[in-house]
Amino acid sequence: MSEQHLIEVKNLCKYFPAGKKRTLKAVDNVSLFIRPGETLGLVGESGCGKTTCGRTILKLYNQTSGQIFFEGKEISHLKGKELLQFKKNAQMIFQDPYSSLDPRMTIAEIIAEGMTVHMHLSDKEKQERVSELLATVGLTEDYANRFAHELSGGQRQRIGIARALAVEPKFIVCDEPISALDVSIQAQIVNLLIKLQHDKNLTYLFISHDLSMVRHISDRVGIMYLGSLVELGTSQQIFGQALHPYTKALISAIPEADPDSEKTRQRVKLEGEVPSPINPPPGCRFRPRCPYATEQCAQEMPALEEVEPGRFVACHFWRDIAKA
Amino acid sequence: MENKEKILEVKDLRVSFNTYAGEVRAVRGVDFDLHQGETLCFVGESGCGKTVTSKAILRLLQPPFATIKEGSQILFRGEDVLQMDKKRLRNYRGNDVSMIFQDPMTSLNPTMTCGKQIMESLLLHKNMTKAQAREEAIHTLELVKIPDAAKRMDDYPHQMSGGMRQRVMIAIALSCSPHILIADEPTTALDVTIQAQIIDLLRELRDQLNTAIILVTHDLGVVANFADRIQVMYAGQVIERGSVREIFYEAKHPYTWALLSSVPTLDKSNKQELYTLKGTPPDLILPLEHCPFAARCEYCMPICKETMPPETVLSDTHKVSCWLQHPNAPKVQSYYDRKAAE
Repeated sequence: MSEQHLIEVKNLCKYFPAGKKRTLKAVDNVSLFIRPGETLGLVGESGCGKTTCGRTILKLYNQTSGQIFFEGKEISHLKGKELLQFKKNAQMIFQDPYSSLDPRMTIAEIIAEGMTVHMHLSDKEKQERVSELLATVGLTEDYANRFAHELSGGQRQRIGIARALAVEPKFIVCDEPISALDVSIQAQIVNLLIKLQHDKNLTYLFISHDLSMVRHISDRVGIMYLGSLVELGTSQQIFGQALHPYTKALISAIPEADPDSEKTRQRVKLEGEVPSPINPPPGCRFRPRCPYATEQCAQEMPALEEVEPGRFVACHFWRDIAKA
Repeated sequence: MENKEKILEVKDLRVSFNTYAGEVRAVRGVDFDLHQGETLCFVGESGCGKTVTSKAILRLLQPPFATIKEGSQILFRGEDVLQMDKKRLRNYRGNDVSMIFQDPMTSLNPTMTCGKQIMESLLLHKNMTKAQAREEAIHTLELVKIPDAAKRMDDYPHQMSGGMRQRVMIAIALSCSPHILIADEPTTALDVTIQAQIIDLLRELRDQLNTAIILVTHDLGVVANFADRIQVMYAGQVIERGSVREIFYEAKHPYTWALLSSVPTLDKSNKQELYTLKGTPPDLILPLEHCPFAARCEYCMPICKETMPPETVLSDTHKVSCWLQHPNAPKVQSYYDRKAAE
């Protein structure tokens, strides 16, 4: 089974020390898998651990516990050449195109840096590849000798994508690649990502809080709340019929560009905000904001159970809620 | 809408920034009215002049870097804002018109408690004693639904979450019960669930206090839900204006169509290519003699590159600046025809 998964994560935890002997549980017991050529969307409010999760999978952070498999191989203990090989295969596109490009390097240098580390190419080959990559992301060769400050946000994000593609990865973590961009530019970048996936058979972990874009780009979607996955399923399942009360609230909060349907739409209103992950409430993390919470939710934390093949929910009462 | 008082009138507003490269004409002749208790939305891409227009209303643009051109008029209840002296202006800002800024993380003073920041404007504008101002500030915090307001008064901004800080910003803006509230992208930095809470809050406050709201945003979803009238801006000009229904269901300008179709909607299928506009907005340093959108417009005709289109009046509220409205222009397949065909 796990043969066909490019990435498999089992019971991943990442804790940060938060002073005074407290720990911040940024990612707590997350399990998921991604098939080759697939896009998994990871959604949640800010501070729910989605970025930490993405970075831990890339080994930018060392996990506190749990296992990560890449092409069936455990990667937590990789060292030296093997680690380098993994890092070549797994790349990242960062959230902020303004701070993720070195202002003192030319665009060509930024794109070629990964090639210097991972591939043995002559200067001429590198140069050719840079022009090739610029063309792939829809920019002309002239950009190679410019600096990041000369480019607009959308162009910078294209450079970020070219840099990730430079070492021919199989897996890319896209960490909110569009949240800093204008609507019309967002559409361009998303189109580009979808096209590249198609051409190069890439696998994405697409982290975002923009639900409509996630729905658009993802094959499967995972919803995170306060460090844990609360629901995981295909895009159609999640957006067609959400089972977890948090997912329902999240989906009903998406503003839609249609005044008539906005007027008639039923909203699940969420009161309050996400509690601090330093002292999470006992039992179900979502309990303080959940309209269906009972005594049982305060006592036991619901486990992520498979309710249909490939569909996971962490809620004690999903059956009753689905009926209602 | 007619029986309501017209509280703000902007006529032919032109704003330029003086840079080393030359004069950047950021706003090029914007006109609009605002009535009591209504919500007007400015929609457009970054750099189209939405924020500059709203800052000009408050006269927050400082000469010599920015100049409001001769012939521009901003009338607040008939009074010319551009002619106000320092004393009147200080009273006008905060008391008559106030603003919520885009980024709640950076626009609060980190060295002052939130309560103090709300009291500041009350002490300045309302001649209250400290005790009165404190009470009023607590009341405002309760109005924006901050739980345990009396206690949170003494918190510093860093002790609050993003949503809370945005509420404090709204509380500061509302403390002197202004007639007009300008909200510059009030929800872009926030999560969807919090965004929904803030929009609900603004709507409630509008209905309760009868404040007029100018909402500056690029999020068409928020607009659909909240606006009365919409004004679509491009390259410093208003290219189309109308009621919510007119803009969403009967839009006539190709740029508005492009904006509407670049949003992923629930009925579009998965991974289908999203509509994108080619090219970039025109350089605002250059003078514009023709339609600013001509270079990116797929319906562009020869005349579009020669003369500025006049504003065609389609209804009392709906106006559009596009040559396609000319009686001799060819009939084109609109966004709605295309959508229906899909």
